[in-house]
Amino acid sequence: MTYKYFPQTDADLQAMLQKAGVKDLDGLYAQIPESIRYRGDYNIPLEMSEQEVREVFAKLGSQNQELTCFAGFGVYDHYTPSVIPSLLQRSEFLTSYTPYQAEISQGTLHYIFEYQSMMTELTGMDISNASMYDGTTAAAEAMMMSVAAGKKANKVLVSAGMNPRTRQVLDTYALHQGIELVTLPLKDGVTSRENLEALLAEGGVAGVMVQQPNVYGIVEDFSGFADACHEKKALFIVDSVAADLAVLKTPGEWGADIAVGDGQSLGIPMLFGGPYVGYMCCTEKLIRKMPGRIVGMTKDSRDQRAFVLTLQAREQHIRRQKATSNICSNQSLMALFVTVYLSLLGKQGIKEAAQLSYAGAHYLCDELTKTGKFRLAYDKPFFNEFFVKYDGDVDALYQRFIDAGFLGGVKMDGGLLFAVTEKRTKEEIDNLVKIAAL
Amino acid sequence: MNNKLYGNLIFELSKEGRKGYSLPKNNFGSYEIPASMQRAEEAQLPECDEMTVVRHYTNLSNNNFGVDTGFYPLGSWTMKYNPKINEEMAALPKFQCLHPEQPAATTKGALALVSLLERSLCELTGLAHFTFKPYAGAHGELTGLMTIDNYHRSCGDVRKKVIVPDSAHGTNPASAAVCGLEIVEVKSLADGTVDFDDLQRIVAEQGAEIAAMMMTNPNTLGLFETRIPEIAKLIHGCGGLMYYDGANLNPMLGACRPGDMGFDVMHINLHKTFSTPHGGGGPGAGPVGVREGLQEFFPFVSPYYGNFGVMMRAYAYILSLGREHVKEVGPLAVLNANYIKESLKDVYELPIDTICCHEFVFDGLKDKSTGVTTMDVAKRLLDYGYHAPTIYFPLLFHESLMIEPTENESKETLDAFIDVMRRIAEEARTNPDEVKSAPHTTPIGRVDDVLAAKKPITTYRQLKAEAQL
Repeated sequence: MTYKYFPQTDADLQAMLQKAGVKDLDGLYAQIPESIRYRGDYNIPLEMSEQEVREVFAKLGSQNQELTCFAGFGVYDHYTPSVIPSLLQRSEFLTSYTPYQAEISQGTLHYIFEYQSMMTELTGMDISNASMYDGTTAAAEAMMMSVAAGKKANKVLVSAGMNPRTRQVLDTYALHQGIELVTLPLKDGVTSRENLEALLAEGGVAGVMVQQPNVYGIVEDFSGFADACHEKKALFIVDSVAADLAVLKTPGEWGADIAVGDGQSLGIPMLFGGPYVGYMCCTEKLIRKMPGRIVGMTKDSRDQRAFVLTLQAREQHIRRQKATSNICSNQSLMALFVTVYLSLLGKQGIKEAAQLSYAGAHYLCDELTKTGKFRLAYDKPFFNEFFVKYDGDVDALYQRFIDAGFLGGVKMDGGLLFAVTEKRTKEEIDNLVKIAAL
Repeated sequence: MNNKLYGNLIFELSKEGRKGYSLPKNNFGSYEIPASMQRAEEAQLPECDEMTVVRHYTNLSNNNFGVDTGFYPLGSWTMKYNPKINEEMAALPKFQCLHPEQPAATTKGALALVSLLERSLCELTGLAHFTFKPYAGAHGELTGLMTIDNYHRSCGDVRKKVIVPDSAHGTNPASAAVCGLEIVEVKSLADGTVDFDDLQRIVAEQGAEIAAMMMTNPNTLGLFETRIPEIAKLIHGCGGLMYYDGANLNPMLGACRPGDMGFDVMHINLHKTFSTPHGGGGPGAGPVGVREGLQEFFPFVSPYYGNFGVMMRAYAYILSLGREHVKEVGPLAVLNANYIKESLKDVYELPIDTICCHEFVFDGLKDKSTGVTTMDVAKRLLDYGYHAPTIYFPLLFHESLMIEPTENESKETLDAFIDVMRRIAEEARTNPDEVKSAPHTTPIGRVDDVLAAKKPITTYRQLKAEAQL
């Protein structure tokens, strides 16, 4: 029975079986009723050598088409510094579990503390948890958190400017939780304050959720939103693309109580949907209502600075069925990813990357408009993503892009949503526009 | 490690004007971000050169302990070896570059991988379909319960109660609560298995309201629930479904399939049974499998294929083991656990003395006269270069010490661990203070949890404000 992952030799097996008091390996399962014992031969491929495994994956990979990405819709093709994959493969990070034993987990606890610090800086909030699965589930957790904090209120208003994928996840959680979700309609592509005030006036609202930039890429003006919410004892929740917060007005500055979103835009590869990392930040007042892990500073028995999981009384393993979240881990390695990204780019680099994305997107938008075949669906400010209507067959155009090796945005509402990051060169944009102009 | 410099926070290594990045030049002319859009205060992030960042995180990693570092017998978490080939496959550029909104015709390879992995998992579990949306084990539990809830709703049936053994992990009841369901606890017998009489009573009294029963098998004590066919029959009889928490699936590879035990819905922790790394707490993956007919009730719990990168690793593992070796995983994991148990039960209290599966639980030291606790034993193990077992769980015993060695550990590793555990038991008798004040050789000593919670400092900004007081 020798195999590269199994070190037991025949002699080992004999000695160990004897100690365990059974005759053979089958004897270890004597307690399982024969009627349900599996005696078959799993119908899966036969053992493969490492070389064969590589060949299988290479073949699968060759069936994927690498496209120059002008799509966003919540997932962005940003640049990944070479340092990050290298550090993430440090097996002390990669192959450890949750830092229960603080004395031999300071590496993880230390970087989570840094991650929390950086996310609060980006969002302008007081407190961050240790990270969540992704942006959509972080939004769902924020929705539940607002209801849990809202005493009897059970309604959450969700802007129609939220990404529909996020909305679908919210709908799922709300259905089972018995939370009433009410759509906050847009006016000219942005969440309208009059609509907000009218819906708040109906009462029973625990939370109000908006997205910045919204699903059309528009940078919205949330002036007065937080006050309107707080007047009616509702929490104001802002869902943002993490990278954009380098320059955009922050959830904190908008007066948000909870800030959530996805950190994928901080250099995490798109990898067909994951793993990414969700972030959740809140005001100091709400710290004990926040789901997920939190790392805090403390001292050890030798009077050294140390970090540790804290405020665990909030967590599911203590509260069991009284818990308002079942989260029992974080997306730790991806939190490390984001932490190293923000350490490298730092205060200046994130702004520079954001400015490049902004410039590229506006250049593309101008060039597309110049062809005379495209127009911005809404005349509103945008950041690095924008929604255009096309004077022609969108499906045919989209396919032409693909044939030329471009992912020409995301098809939506009869138009196209384009995103540009610092990775897109002027040449790529010009080539895309050439195809678009045909 | 150089604690003097690199024990600092990255913020403390920052100096204005340094940079650790290089970005392309702006060739787009002057597109200025309007001031009205911009934040008033810039994010106070560090400014560091590239090597400072590399050294900082490399040194931090030296303060961590992973499976690659040494024996990690953390019960219930299946800390098995994370093969390097899996990492190599997950890093392939032909997958890394895929945007999840790309049309299917351009992602054929990725979609084929999803389907191949699904077929393998179906074969290994005896279920018919899987959804890969759940990001983690707890997310899988929630997804599975939502599937069950959706199924009952479709039948016009109001069933809001979920039966959970009192020994279950806290996540089970929390997942049920998040799904809007109510928990009914069924008692355990002295041997930790489900009290069938109590279950019969619950079903008789509340059968029409029972949505599901959630179980791990083997259970939290590492014991196989031998009456599982009767339990499934009883639950199905009242219209409920059986949910299998895949946390303890590892010992079942090559022995028994959840589908054959009578389970209808389950999740798998790919980061346990299928060797993907735990990453310090994530990302994992918790795909949910169901019997034929239930797949239409899968909920939309995430936008795409969950943590696709984790699925790639799991598939590489399945291919590497293949039909011949996947069935050896369970027996070898079980043998390793029993070997440790039998080698230590004369010095550690074994409340349930029987053949276990992949893990078992000691109730602390046999000789507790010197006051050495499970916590002390765990901390002393760190001194000897081991990760501690899971402690104070399950809650059935006061001094629980839960050990799971996995199939990857050699007899020499187990023998060395057994020697150390015996030495600690000896020290507890002869030099208890040494054990009670452990660890002594780790980068830091025992931490003050109370101080951390009293006035939480969770960011660098708070830390600086505190220092100025």
